Amino acid sequence: MSARKMSDDVVKNEKIVENATCTFCGCVCDDITLTVDVDNKVITQAKDACVLGKAWFLNHVIEDRPIARIDNKEVTLDEAIEEAAKTLVEAKFPIVYGLSDTICEAQRQVVPIVDDISGTIDTTTSVCHGPSGMAFQGVGEPSMTLGEVKNRADLIVYWGGNPAESHPRHFGRYAVTPQGMFTPNGKKDRTVILFDVRKTKSAGVADIFVQLKPGKDFELLWTLRAAVKGKKIPSNIEEITGVSPETIHDLVEKMKNCQYGVLFFGMGLTMTRGRHFNSGALLALAADLNEFTHFVAKPVRGHGNVTGADNVVSWQTGYPFGVNFSRGYPRFNPGEYTTVDTLNRGEADAAMIIASDPASNFPKKAIAHLKSKKCKVISLDTKETHTSEMAHVAIATSTYGINTGGTVYRMDDVPISLRPAFDSPFPGDLEVLTKLRKKVRELVLKKRKKSGKDK
Amino acid sequence: MILIPGRSSKQGTSLNKGKLKEEYKTVTSTLEINSEDMQRLGLENGDKVKLSNDIGQAVVSIKAQKPENLPSGVLFIPYGPHSSQLMEGDTGSSGMPLSKHMEVVIEKWSKRK
Repeated sequence: MSARKMSDDVVKNEKIVENATCTFCGCVCDDITLTVDVDNKVITQAKDACVLGKAWFLNHVIEDRPIARIDNKEVTLDEAIEEAAKTLVEAKFPIVYGLSDTICEAQRQVVPIVDDISGTIDTTTSVCHGPSGMAFQGVGEPSMTLGEVKNRADLIVYWGGNPAESHPRHFGRYAVTPQGMFTPNGKKDRTVILFDVRKTKSAGVADIFVQLKPGKDFELLWTLRAAVKGKKIPSNIEEITGVSPETIHDLVEKMKNCQYGVLFFGMGLTMTRGRHFNSGALLALAADLNEFTHFVAKPVRGHGNVTGADNVVSWQTGYPFGVNFSRGYPRFNPGEYTTVDTLNRGEADAAMIIASDPASNFPKKAIAHLKSKKCKVISLDTKETHTSEMAHVAIATSTYGINTGGTVYRMDDVPISLRPAFDSPFPGDLEVLTKLRKKVRELVLKKRKKSGKDK
Repeated sequence: MILIPGRSSKQGTSLNKGKLKEEYKTVTSTLEINSEDMQRLGLENGDKVKLSNDIGQAVVSIKAQKPENLPSGVLFIPYGPHSSQLMEGDTGSSGMPLSKHMEVVIEKWSKRK
């Protein structure tokens, strides 16, 4: 830490944090240099961060809000944890949702809580790449790390995503312009193809932009598969998909003749009709191409540790999201145990929302149930959101990667450590969830003893 | 028309400032529309339109987008509270609502102030 003399004669305590990790998106860039105004607990510069990363680091300041509230009245953290535990234990169908913007260490505290309350655990994956997760189970995942992409890939395909706006450094740090071991000339050694229904800012980076008709991803992917296998493709394919047979054959030749091809795919596939069938078709295309060359596929993940949430929930329950414990053992069934569905059907009577804001981006009917008196909401979040505003119990937490350390997984399943910049008066998710786990256990044991179930 | 909610840089930067702040509200209530569709419907930049379907409705401002960037019949909005009002809850047993392919009717609501 240094004391720097300012021009206005105010001495400012400044700290530099090197190789800090940005957890705004799934790129999890861990090469950011932060300048921290220690006295005012604020980050003043985030060198090498993208526009989203800068907004992430510079806007997470210490806000003037109570640490905990019950029905909008300020309470102590312990009182809030006690009420949250009581709410979860007394509920008939408690659900826990979110988890993609917190550290793995906090995520792992949640599964035993859900097990104890015979509840349901789901992460933001279910409304992100959940369908891709289902497709992995059906088709498999021809996987890689972003380091391999940087060093080896000479054909980069983006499908149904706009990284220029959602993951701005994906091009520069991992996939398009970096100079790698077998791609020493960066962009010059690579061909970039973008498939989308809109000509987004990402099209500026692509050598070939393929504009397909909305909702026709599956049809185009399946036709590409047919062309790869040398089968005849429908003569009216342009009418169906908006892409001509000549373009399809040209793309297939490029894919078959590259040294190392990558298919990065976004929510243009998972959030449209077809969902997991779309992702499955893309994964199958990547698998097919391995008959000719090396080809891999990877979903471009959104939140900073959504990949960690998949990993932690998977190794603890056997399934990545939408897991129910009501029979005492984990069961996975998307559509039944996923959060949009449990809210949409009005089943959940308690919902603990961790680092997420379903009240602002879920379907209308699901939000209506969340807001109704039939469902008691517990919220853990770093900022005031639509969800925290209406929560029965609202706990303000510190920000991972800025105030707390821990582990997050990059979108390619590589674990990365966080280097916090300054302390926060708000507790971390790990602290809150560890205390909550203990309290829930205590209440569950009491309940079992009372009902004579615990011998 | 088909409404595609999605991410944008401004949506990303404004949510870091706070979802209850004015900037985020403005960003998530600004609809992009093909400029030729806009002309055909007698709309101008900044006008308000009502989007509706069987699920609900939302009133948003409009911004022209070049026809080569956004095809006729397709609308884009940074996702948030307004797009949620039009999103169906049924997930087709997948857990995922059709968040990027919503059929909506567009009507002129009011002139730009």
